Amino acid sequence: MTEEEKKRVIAKLEQRYLQQYGRKFEISTKEALPETLWGYGLELSRCIGCRRCVYACVKENNHSRHDPQLQWIRVLRLKRGNLINLENSDHYYDPDLVPEKGFVYLPVQCQQCQDPPCVKVCPVHATWQEPDGIVVVDYNWCIGCRYCIAACPYKGRVFNWAEPNIPKEEINPSVHYLGNRPRMKCAVEKCTFCIQRVRQGRYPACVEACPTGTRKFGNLLDPNSEIRYIIDRKRVFRLKEDLNTEPKFYYFFET
Amino acid sequence: MEKLRELLKETWHFYKRTLILVAKGNQLYYAWCFSLLAIIVAGFIFYLRQHEVGLIATNMNDQVSWGLYIANFTYLVGAAAAAVLLVIPSYVYHFKPIKEIVVLGELFAASCIIMAILFVMVDLGRIDRFWHMIPFIGSMNFPASLLAWDVLALNGYLFLNILIPVYLLVKFYYRKEPNWKFILPFILLSIPMAVAIHTVTAFLYNGLPARPFWNASILAPRFLASAFCSGPAIIIIIFQIIRKVSVYNIAIEDEALFKISELIAYAMFLNLFLLSAELYKEYYSQTVHIASFKYLFEGLHNHKQLVPWIWAAMTMNVIAFIIFLIPATRKRLATLNLGCLLIIIGVWIEKGPGFVIPGFVPDPLGEIHEYLPNLLELMVSFGIWALGLLIFTLLMKVAIPIETGKFSHVSYIERTFRLEEDKAWRQSSFPVK
Repeated sequence: MTEEEKKRVIAKLEQRYLQQYGRKFEISTKEALPETLWGYGLELSRCIGCRRCVYACVKENNHSRHDPQLQWIRVLRLKRGNLINLENSDHYYDPDLVPEKGFVYLPVQCQQCQDPPCVKVCPVHATWQEPDGIVVVDYNWCIGCRYCIAACPYKGRVFNWAEPNIPKEEINPSVHYLGNRPRMKCAVEKCTFCIQRVRQGRYPACVEACPTGTRKFGNLLDPNSEIRYIIDRKRVFRLKEDLNTEPKFYYFFET
Repeated sequence: MEKLRELLKETWHFYKRTLILVAKGNQLYYAWCFSLLAIIVAGFIFYLRQHEVGLIATNMNDQVSWGLYIANFTYLVGAAAAAVLLVIPSYVYHFKPIKEIVVLGELFAASCIIMAILFVMVDLGRIDRFWHMIPFIGSMNFPASLLAWDVLALNGYLFLNILIPVYLLVKFYYRKEPNWKFILPFILLSIPMAVAIHTVTAFLYNGLPARPFWNASILAPRFLASAFCSGPAIIIIIFQIIRKVSVYNIAIEDEALFKISELIAYAMFLNLFLLSAELYKEYYSQTVHIASFKYLFEGLHNHKQLVPWIWAAMTMNVIAFIIFLIPATRKRLATLNLGCLLIIIGVWIEKGPGFVIPGFVPDPLGEIHEYLPNLLELMVSFGIWALGLLIFTLLMKVAIPIETGKFSHVSYIERTFRLEEDKAWRQSSFPVK
């Protein structure tokens, strides 16, 4: 696509969103920053399972709020002593107070694999990896076959089974074409590390929302970044390393 | 120019006569076609609703993201591949009883592929963007995506299974010897293509390490084995129906049916053997990957919706195997038909819902979500099956008269000639008789 064509598409989309949501949207098409490969750190000993990240993400990324509600982050509750066999995890725990004694919490979202199986299987090139390592979807090109959902080992992708419902007053009009712009029915979507934020030097919404400092984020190519510090000095691991998908999402324990 | 005009005229006559042939039939024929049409319309109305609100109208969700549609798709690709079991004995070994019916088998394969493609189409969330998958026009992810391979393989096989029978039938129609040098390469190509479509469909599931239930190298052979049971079983039943209802006395000999049933016996043995090999590996090694098998065969954490289904399927397959194994029961139409019905249903459960759903249960994050199709999915599926049957019926309505020589160019010329004679006779003032 030439710059001219891009501009035309964006103008058309902005027009459509204005009609649909009555808000003026800013649709960014900002390219990846040079010398950048985004990586994520999540410290399991700190997570209290409060799901604030889940809802911050829903708000920031213009998820469908009801019928159905879509979420990109899932927090799994595991009995202490379990971590690998997720069959014993509870996805819908609902106590009055967290954290609960005897449990650990494992938040999971798209792991931004360096070798993503979801990209490989897409029959129409509707999803790809950006130069900064983020796996993105063109919602307007996806045909809704859901092969990528079957291929993802982390359940990193969710599908718009119906037309998304977002109350007009809750819309976030500051969006990126490959990120949090409102989606349409029967297209797939996923976490983009808040592409609209990180390409402008901000943290992803989940990192900002976490009350315990569980979530870390940074440039893997920058030797002075926090994420590099963590990888170099902490005992990190990645989910399902045996599948060779090379996630850029590192879990670790401080204590 | 003159020649072209002649050809166009001739083609037009062929089509006109075909249409007349299709439009005329006895009461049973009309009743059959119109009930199929009614089911198609009902299915289409349900599909329109799904198209309007999105796939939320089905029972699928983020946990079980493929359901009844893809289950039917898998089964039908297998049924289509099975036509090769008629092609090999007739064209390669020149086994005469089957050679006479092989064209019908190829048209059966074509109908199955059309249904399989339709099942993928209704499963697509954005049918309006289907063109994104078409090579050169859209942006097909070939060769990385197995779904792209499948689109190519299925359409290629569909093309072959329309080209071959239509070419042969047109030649029969004109009472001409087919140009074997032209058509034989296509026929031979259709043999590896039949294996290819089902292998590619198996690979589509097979290549996903995220789903241990499908990520077993035995999958493609298992698919082929079960396909060579269910496809021929359907063909045996259909041929007997044709023999009964067709007014043209088409030569479908019992011997042909028994030959096919013998092949089913081998295929079913392989199918059961491969399945037990897989069960042994999972149950003896008892890794976490056994979860889906446990869900299917005994229930997982008290979720056991599929258990009665798979055991019913296993029972049917084993009984059918015994029936087909013993020559006495295999060569008696009553028991043969019972065996066929058991296989058709048993294999459908085994490689349809019994294969697709456990791949998603438990899901990659360990969640167990039980899925059963809802009314809409059932109705849309019935609609597609009915459409496939209707297409096959209409194809048979033309193919059988041509095969039996009742519908040919010669009869057309003869009749026109007679008509002219008739006219002349009427116009003459001196009637001969």
